[in-house]
Amino acid sequence: MKIQEKYSLFLYFLPIIFFTFVFSYLPLWGWRYSFYYYRPGEDLTEFVGFKWFKFFVQNSAYQKELLLVLRNTLIMSGLGIATSWLPILFAIFLNEIKQVRFKKVVQTFTTIPNFISWVLVYAVAFAMFNKDGFINELIRIFGGHSDTNYLMSSKGTWLKMLLWGIWKGIGWSAIIYIAGISSIDQQLYESAMIDGAGRFQRMWYITVPGLLPTYSVLLLLSIAGILSNGMEQYLVFSNPLNQDKIQVLDLYVYNLVFGRDAGYGNVPISTVVSMSKSIISVILLFIANSLSKVFRDGESII
Amino acid sequence: MIDSKVLAKKKKKKGIYRETAKDKIFNVFNITFFALFTFLCVFPFYYIFINTISDNELVQRGLITFIPRGLHLNNYIVLKNLSDFGKSIWVTVSRAIIGTALMVVVSAFAGYLATRQKMWGRSFWYRFIVITMYFNAGLIPWYLTMLNLGLTENYLGYILPGIVQPFNIILAKTYIESIPKEIEESAIIEGAGTLKIFTKIIWPLSIPILATIAVFGAVGHWNSFQDSLVLMAGRPELYTLQHRLYVYLTKTSDLRTVMEGNIISRYSINERIVKYTISMVSIIPIMLVYPFMQRYFVKGIMLGAVKG
Repeated sequence: MKIQEKYSLFLYFLPIIFFTFVFSYLPLWGWRYSFYYYRPGEDLTEFVGFKWFKFFVQNSAYQKELLLVLRNTLIMSGLGIATSWLPILFAIFLNEIKQVRFKKVVQTFTTIPNFISWVLVYAVAFAMFNKDGFINELIRIFGGHSDTNYLMSSKGTWLKMLLWGIWKGIGWSAIIYIAGISSIDQQLYESAMIDGAGRFQRMWYITVPGLLPTYSVLLLLSIAGILSNGMEQYLVFSNPLNQDKIQVLDLYVYNLVFGRDAGYGNVPISTVVSMSKSIISVILLFIANSLSKVFRDGESII
Repeated sequence: MIDSKVLAKKKKKKGIYRETAKDKIFNVFNITFFALFTFLCVFPFYYIFINTISDNELVQRGLITFIPRGLHLNNYIVLKNLSDFGKSIWVTVSRAIIGTALMVVVSAFAGYLATRQKMWGRSFWYRFIVITMYFNAGLIPWYLTMLNLGLTENYLGYILPGIVQPFNIILAKTYIESIPKEIEESAIIEGAGTLKIFTKIIWPLSIPILATIAVFGAVGHWNSFQDSLVLMAGRPELYTLQHRLYVYLTKTSDLRTVMEGNIISRYSINERIVKYTISMVSIIPIMLVYPFMQRYFVKGIMLGAVKG
């Protein structure tokens, strides 16, 4: 017996569908934990409806925590979005350098930090800023006296996190714009020059508008992801002193179940948070998508 | 023709002769800025490195800032005694190889099947997979699912969830679509089946994109940390390298216990130097392969930008 080709092709595809189902769709079924009374290691038996939702919203301790966490999340994402034009600036200015070899060296080395993990970024931070680290050694060389541990401090946490993010990501993010610049029609620059446009005018009136479509897509996506900053960066840099400033939503969800204060009842509550976050993120994505359709002649981002 | 030549000449003139003072100042600032930033990206790695190969006494007294002194490799040799560390390297290397290989094969095959118009429900199933890029259930529901599947505290928990990567399937599919259909059609006429077409034609022709995918996959596995943290809490021998590093860096008591139980103390090493050394060991592989991988990185982000 020979099965029709359309089904035999599907059979090949089936394992891939299966894996997607198990690891991406099945976890959605895990949302039911937010409607049950659950202790780790026990079965789900007692259905409690929206009890945890109510509990979470009404309990003043959780309320306070959630507000703090939301504040941190929005500030970190907001700072990221507010500085998301920096890679464009980086790309445009790098493009102004005429020494090809220097340009290559810059591009190579500034993308390295992107490929190391956040743990290794922390290792770098440790080497630079610990009590006996580079900065303190440098101060001592110049006759100062310093053994501050800059990592163990609550001062400027948000700024520090932003700067580490920029250090890690800017060179890499700029590549996409560097590619964009090279695809801009050279004739535009030539005619602008004939019209007497200076260097900065060319950047502002030709390069910048040329890069805006790419930028707007990335911007919309980052707005859609405003609640998700990931947890790795904030986990590795967190310590008892900066905890209140650094705990973002993703880290909070992790800490509820795996952190120091993990306790009974936290699994349903963190599921409530996870679930609400995912739903809001999907809604934001759809809003961003329709915005994109409106502003970009029907072009969608998903 | 003539016009463009004239233009080129004009352009040259502007470039060389008509550079204003303002331009020159800008150039100086621009080059200085990029030189400084490049230095900031490289120096920390250099600093860690010279501290690990310099005389430990001098390092402890804070005398190694820019130039290494009293070169030796004892710190690296000593790491052999950290058996936890060795296990973590093994876990990470093996998952990077196995996980990446499976992921690449699956991405290529899925990408290929997604281009076959005849497949039953092709666009529906393709979307079924791609759409998972944009939502996830969240950390805890995912963890509980893994728990129920028996994939926590289990090496397979590193491999299986990462095999199907929608984004990589998109990349592979887009690339395979650009291969001329005629090659495939002639193979079909000669009686080649799906698997044969895939292995003999699609796979070899897709090597450039598959190399890109492999590079990203391998770096992802090498840097992976969160899955180890969440899934393997009770099995320290299954910690990934980054997880182990995290423990050593942030939970000093752990490192101290390990050091006390070993002959490490003989070399007058302190915690800080051990931390530097294990950091360096985790960085070195990335640094070594980076120059060779760079062109794939760039290609990958450009392809990604198309779909972004």
